[in-house]
Amino acid sequence: MLEFFLTILIISSIAAGLALLLVLCQRYIVNYGLCRIVINEEKELAVEGGKPLLSILRDRKIFIPSACGGRGTCGVCKVKVLQGGGPILPTETPFLTKQEQTDRVRLSCQVKVRSDIRIELPRQLLSVQEFVCICSQIEDLTYDMKRFRFELKSPQTIEFTAGQYVQLLCPRYKGSSEEVYRAYSIASDPQQKTQIDLIIRRVPNGICTTWCFDVLREGDPVQLNGPYGEFCLSRTDAPAVFIAGGSGMAPFVSILHSMRNARCRRSVHYFFGGNTVRDLCLLEQMKEFEHDLEHFSFIPVVAKPAEGENWDGQTGLVTHAVQRSFKDLSTYEGYLCGSPGMIDASIKVLTELGMPADKIYYDKFA
Amino acid sequence: MNSAGSEIWLAVVTCFAAVFTNNILLTTFLGMCPFTSVSREVKTAAGLGAAVVFVMTCTTVLNWLAYRYVLVPLQLEFFRYILFIIIIAAFVQFVEMVIDRYLPRLYYNLGIFLPLITVNCAILGASLFMVIRNYSFIVTIGYGFGSGAGWFLAILAMAGIRQRLSEARVPAGLRGPGITLIIAGIMALAFIGFTGVLN
Repeated sequence: MLEFFLTILIISSIAAGLALLLVLCQRYIVNYGLCRIVINEEKELAVEGGKPLLSILRDRKIFIPSACGGRGTCGVCKVKVLQGGGPILPTETPFLTKQEQTDRVRLSCQVKVRSDIRIELPRQLLSVQEFVCICSQIEDLTYDMKRFRFELKSPQTIEFTAGQYVQLLCPRYKGSSEEVYRAYSIASDPQQKTQIDLIIRRVPNGICTTWCFDVLREGDPVQLNGPYGEFCLSRTDAPAVFIAGGSGMAPFVSILHSMRNARCRRSVHYFFGGNTVRDLCLLEQMKEFEHDLEHFSFIPVVAKPAEGENWDGQTGLVTHAVQRSFKDLSTYEGYLCGSPGMIDASIKVLTELGMPADKIYYDKFA
Repeated sequence: MNSAGSEIWLAVVTCFAAVFTNNILLTTFLGMCPFTSVSREVKTAAGLGAAVVFVMTCTTVLNWLAYRYVLVPLQLEFFRYILFIIIIAAFVQFVEMVIDRYLPRLYYNLGIFLPLITVNCAILGASLFMVIRNYSFIVTIGYGFGSGAGWFLAILAMAGIRQRLSEARVPAGLRGPGITLIIAGIMALAFIGFTGVLN
């Protein structure tokens, strides 16, 4: 019996000794002291060195979009490192093009901060904040889409441009063992700074949408960060064509609000596609916009009305409806939001109708 | 003096045997995971191979000392699996930290591979073989180095082949790990040709 315990004691103490050695090393060897991060030559942070740039910036509330959470597998968290980042690592090369490598673009999750470092970030990332909110209202839009309203608690207001998106934190729940962030476009008036709306469509077996539909209740606390994205209306007077499907409705609601606020007189045709009549949503609100905006028209298109559905509007694919309505789009701008398949098909049709490729703006669900 | 000389000779022979006739990767198929996943480019393969040579040499030596002077006197030989794993993991962590701090240039070329081989079964395998085969201290040094060098040679050859293969038209079902395992099998057959060179 004594032998038994002695054995355990010996082996445990050897393991503990080695662990202690490592802890001491961590404390004294891997201690880089304070490092300075200079962002865009104007903002300066003093940080504890030794950790990846991505997580250091996240601790300082600067959120760089990243899908894999810093494991170096998604290649999204690209940042320009002008000085002090060391050479490009083999773990990064698969994600960087030749041009990006010469431009000193790096994956911020792979760059360890060891010394003073100078980086360049898109200006809008600096205005990204983390928000704690309360889910104040959940409203059914269709059988598989809901509108969620979030009251901002801290900070209490948000500044965003219509068309931008936020990343919603989906916590651990029964059925999902990890925290994930998912991006959703804001679907509310940019002048409403104390609350935001998101339109979310149920994805079968989706981690975050399942949580939103089955777990989240009115009154629950929610965390999100943002705003991100460059999908915004241009500052021209050119007539525009909007094309959306499903929850691709969201950014356009926000854009239409901002147009109404600015008393915008731009000509806009908004084609919204659904498979059946029950896929259409917010028809009342679109009527209001048509009434308030002089040159706006909303054209819902139903691919194939189900039997017994009463539908006297356009039918067929949304791209066909565009082809039927226009002969020449060379002076128009195109704004697309929806599934990758719909966007690719729309780009094809729009360019065929003469729209220049650099005038087509889109937000693809990925 | 004479016995020390023959020990060193034995160590050299064991080292060569570990590289060619008893290649740890191609005869026992240990360490296949990094071998298949990091053999796409010669440069990265060489970095990983060098890390394996270094870690294998050091850990077999450390484990020999731990076995001989801790486990054998305490009659705890059956605990060698656990102890070896702990020592390997701690050693790799330690080396990574030191390189990271003091030799940044080396870290970029070698250090980033260290975490990949902490859990490499070839490293543990070499330590266990040296116990089973009752090697002396000097022979263990030769064996550890030779096993690492053998692994290095194998992954380097594989990376060279795969770099050429990237231009070739491989049937869709065999692309990636499939063709790599087939090549590894053919390479193993080729290495059997060395059997009998050293006896």
